[in-house]
Amino acid sequence: MAAYMITSTLRRVLLVAKHASFQSRCCVASSRVQYSTVYDSNEKTFDKILIANRGEIACRVMKTCKKMGIKTVAVHSDVDASAVHVKMADEAVCVGPAPTNKSYLNMDAIMDAIRKTGSQAVHPGYGFLSENKEFAKRLAAEDVVFIGPDTHAIHAMGDKIESKLLAKAANVNVIPGFDGVVEATRVILCSGGGGKGMRIAWNDDETREGFRLSSQEAASSFGDDRLLIEKFVDNPRHIEIQVLADKHGNALWLNERECSIQRRNQKVVEEAPSTFLDPETRRAMGEQAVQLAKAVQYSSAGTVEFLVDSNKNFYFLEMNTRLQVEHPITECITGLDLVQQMIRVAKGFPLLHKQEDIPINGWAIESRVYAEDPYKSFGLPSIGRLSQYQEPIHLPKVRVDSGIQEGSDISIYYDPMISKLVTYGATRAEALQRMEAALDNYVIRGVTHNIPLLREIITHPRFISGDITTNFLPEEYPEGFKGHQLTSEGRRELVATAAALYVSAQLRSQRFLGNLRVSTTPQEQRQWELCVELEKGSHTVAVSRSGSTFTVEVDGVTVEVSGEWNLASALLPVTINRTPRVLQCLSRDAGGDITLQYLGTQFKVRVLSQLVSTLSAHMPEKVPEDTSSILRSPMPGSVVAVSVKPGDVVAEGQEICVIEAMKMQNSLIAAKAAKVKSVHCKAGETVGEGDLLVQLE
Amino acid sequence: MAAFAVARSRCVLLSGLKAYFKTFGQVKHGVASAAVAQSEVQEQSRRWYSVSHLSVQERIDRKRNAALIGGGQKRIDAQHKRGKLTARERVELLLDKDSFVECDMFVEHRCSDFGMEEDHNKFAGDSVVTGQGRINGRLVYVFSQIMDQAMMVGAPVIGLNDSGGARIQEGVESLAGYADIFLRNVMASGVVPQISLIMGPCAGGAVYSPALTDFTFMVKDTSYLFITGPDVVKSVTNEDVTQEELGGAKTHTAVSGVAHRAFENDIDALLNLRNFFNFLPLSNQDPAPVTECHDPSDRLVPGLDTIVPFETTKAYDMLDIIQGIADEREFFEIMPNYAKNIVVGFARMNGRTVGIVGNQPKVASGCLDINSSVKGARFVRFCDAFNIPILTFVDVPGFLPGTSQEYGGIIRHGAKLLFAFAEATVPKITIITRKAYGGAYDVMSSKHLRGDVNYAWPSAEVAVMGAKGAVQIIFRGKSNQAEQEAEYVEKFANPFPAAVRGFVDDIIVPSTTRKRICRDLEVLASKKQTNPWKKHANIPL
Repeated sequence: MAAYMITSTLRRVLLVAKHASFQSRCCVASSRVQYSTVYDSNEKTFDKILIANRGEIACRVMKTCKKMGIKTVAVHSDVDASAVHVKMADEAVCVGPAPTNKSYLNMDAIMDAIRKTGSQAVHPGYGFLSENKEFAKRLAAEDVVFIGPDTHAIHAMGDKIESKLLAKAANVNVIPGFDGVVEATRVILCSGGGGKGMRIAWNDDETREGFRLSSQEAASSFGDDRLLIEKFVDNPRHIEIQVLADKHGNALWLNERECSIQRRNQKVVEEAPSTFLDPETRRAMGEQAVQLAKAVQYSSAGTVEFLVDSNKNFYFLEMNTRLQVEHPITECITGLDLVQQMIRVAKGFPLLHKQEDIPINGWAIESRVYAEDPYKSFGLPSIGRLSQYQEPIHLPKVRVDSGIQEGSDISIYYDPMISKLVTYGATRAEALQRMEAALDNYVIRGVTHNIPLLREIITHPRFISGDITTNFLPEEYPEGFKGHQLTSEGRRELVATAAALYVSAQLRSQRFLGNLRVSTTPQEQRQWELCVELEKGSHTVAVSRSGSTFTVEVDGVTVEVSGEWNLASALLPVTINRTPRVLQCLSRDAGGDITLQYLGTQFKVRVLSQLVSTLSAHMPEKVPEDTSSILRSPMPGSVVAVSVKPGDVVAEGQEICVIEAMKMQNSLIAAKAAKVKSVHCKAGETVGEGDLLVQLE
Repeated sequence: MAAFAVARSRCVLLSGLKAYFKTFGQVKHGVASAAVAQSEVQEQSRRWYSVSHLSVQERIDRKRNAALIGGGQKRIDAQHKRGKLTARERVELLLDKDSFVECDMFVEHRCSDFGMEEDHNKFAGDSVVTGQGRINGRLVYVFSQIMDQAMMVGAPVIGLNDSGGARIQEGVESLAGYADIFLRNVMASGVVPQISLIMGPCAGGAVYSPALTDFTFMVKDTSYLFITGPDVVKSVTNEDVTQEELGGAKTHTAVSGVAHRAFENDIDALLNLRNFFNFLPLSNQDPAPVTECHDPSDRLVPGLDTIVPFETTKAYDMLDIIQGIADEREFFEIMPNYAKNIVVGFARMNGRTVGIVGNQPKVASGCLDINSSVKGARFVRFCDAFNIPILTFVDVPGFLPGTSQEYGGIIRHGAKLLFAFAEATVPKITIITRKAYGGAYDVMSSKHLRGDVNYAWPSAEVAVMGAKGAVQIIFRGKSNQAEQEAEYVEKFANPFPAAVRGFVDDIIVPSTTRKRICRDLEVLASKKQTNPWKKHANIPL
């Protein structure tokens, strides 16, 4: 495999001489998009496509449509009226109020929008109606093309039980059955996708609990509360094969994606290719995936998911009959534009590529940037308004697929994904290095995000070595994620930068323009004796300045920090002891409190003059409230059920209420055995993060 | 330059001590206020008053040293134990290093009743630290009679109050001392900015000095302001109330509106005061300060294009707009917890201090009521007095209806805001972000009140009232109200009716707001406007 990008020129070459060895052509491409849409004007597809989705995937589809000269129609809910996908589209139709079942899942309204705009085809994106056979049927009935597989393939693969039987029949390896007594089981929704409603139960109690929560979620999300229970394969990797098939019986496998890094069965970091597969296993998996696709007369892009154990045995898990969230990394290494291929196939064109045309060029990593708090169960949704937002697209070989912009609201109604951050490089190390830089340069303010976790994962020695399983997060962070753990050198770097920033701000506050009534006597100070507090530790710091370079002595060790010290910029590029780093300053107040993002994690640093530091000892400590007797909502959402009333006696760990957010039900439990003092919420209510729900005595 | 006074903390001494006096004839004005515990002086130092064989120089040195430790180490420790700093520590924190020049260090009280004449109750400096120094190089006076000098040289006065009240033992003299201060506060009002920071109990007559100053800040949990304490309240009205409930920082910043902001502790308060000081001009003869600015004045704010929701009934946070346009997103909000339906505070635009007033749609739809009108009016008048340009962000559905408002006198209180905007001669820039209905539209720095530049965002609706209410009145009893409503919306719920009449100068793209304001402020920097001569105006108080 070589690390080349396939530029559009190269792609044309490939089309003409399919068997030419592209390995000898090394292209150093700096194009921002790591895939090529080769638009053949003789190949007429559609005039107008409606995208029945929102957010980044709607924008992603529209980008290709624009390149192909196809007009686009966006649908949106009322709260999304000024969303990016709406602005990007040629036309937009409002299909209902914010809740998804009244807008993006509202087939009647979407059918109306199709008729009204005269759209010839519909791209469903992922989620929502993408794997809904009823929707595909209704489109077919009105002669509108569904850009995706045929109804029978959706149907066959959509049912987790039937799909396994079909896979078995097509000679695809399947998971050892679920008959007999098994120690651990998993409870899976039959029609779910993306890990939603999937729960692992280790004992009878958990099975009962999982059964109840999963069936409720299933009913509310998919209107189908059947469940599948099967043996749980421990320590597996999750590796999936991208397939692409046309309506003429051709099918290709576009290599694998490694998606083992997951939290609560939802993917967080993906890469292509996988460090784990050898060419034989890759081929075997690819061929089985193609067999399955052919067995169900699959057309369009699809994904066959496998569990792979440590001996490289792989088992069919399920097939996703849609474009996957993580498709960009496949595009990066193969150079294909999957959306374009889906559109072509939907129109009935045969595939242009043969299996041997499909390369693995370089390495691509995708980080899913979510509006969630990684310190709570590796990520509980957070909401808010993006008060500042800058994507790191000024860096080379970085692709950001997003559907939001500065000022956008992340609401409780939809998926909390902010963007997919993809970096690409000739080697995995290069791609990872770019990912580090991209994460450091990504400015997100106004919502809590998971960049701290993402950056820790991609720099984790075990991840770098490629030794990962789907249990990576719980294994590496058994106590939960706590953010970056500073080394003593890192600590000094951070303290020195904070001190330098503090001094810069102090100096700036003495500079008045055109004001003659400022004292001229106090000469500009050149030396500062400071005390810097960080994570309960305190450091004595001496700072001296020459120009924009600060020499900072932290506990006797000298650190040199230089930079522009632009106090208005969200990014703080500095050179610390000759190593360039990008920090971010999130806040800085008059009391000396500075919040810096350093190596992905946000640290609260307090910079004090020696005088303030000495006198601080006299300040009273404010007593924080006792949280064991107070239950607050850990995230914004709606209350599904309240299981207690005032006066009830609850046991430690007993469920108090259930909050649903982003379609996930979260059971909140009592932190101690106590009597319920008061209940401040009721079922059906919407609550914000930190809202008081229940008070115990 | 500013002047400040700091009180030395006087802790225990009889219940309400405090107003202190200057003894010597040449000093006329008493200083009230800051109390710092000075206290029992150690045995050996107590003796120095009577030791006559010392040279004058020796006596000076000894007194100076005694003054520096105020009430003595014991008192200092006691003050620390309560989570408070001594007056001298406070001054040191507030001012630039080594910039403090103290005066009146040798003042002692002359009280001779109730044992107050005893040496151990006398402290050099008598409970108040006064002098001048600098904050980021700019002069400031700390308290007291120096106020005369502060006015003469044109520098703000900061009072750090920590005082139990009048020194009862001093009797009527202490009352005279208060009045001296009050008069000085009144004379200095509008001449130099005056700031009070309440850092301990402040009761009885003493509370009127902070009340007369431009800004009153408090320290949470350790400061109280009340006319009469809980004991008197109990004996008079039989109400049970704690000091904190009666006059703590929470009460005054959220309920009474007496204080403008509260801080966590002494240090937090003093450091924030330094920061706040940088927004203020030194006197009414000085322009609003301009600091070095790293934020480009032509920065676009894309988030503003989508901030106003489509449904006119939906709220948004006016602070998002203010922070979006301000230099470095920095906004020093005044009274953030009181009358939250209006937002006021200071920010900088391209380095220059501006005062910002905005209706807050998030709270009570941003309507104007009694408290918000008074809050806005006082702020506007401060800005006008001290040459600070005013930016007004308008999204106001009108004045709040109802008996409680009418009985409370919304008419005269609303008139204050109207009066303040109308009389202001500083540069006035107004941005209508959404609703500007009825009389409230006029009030909010409209073109008709001499607004210099008035902009509308495309989402603006300048009208007499909202569509629903208007249609109900115009077409009372008619059936096709929905249709009429749509027509009304089409006609009035947009910026055009105001724009064609010249009531707004331009309809601007929201993301360009910062750029436009910075440019206008540069043009308006040399604005000169005077009102007709008068002794003073008669604002409807």
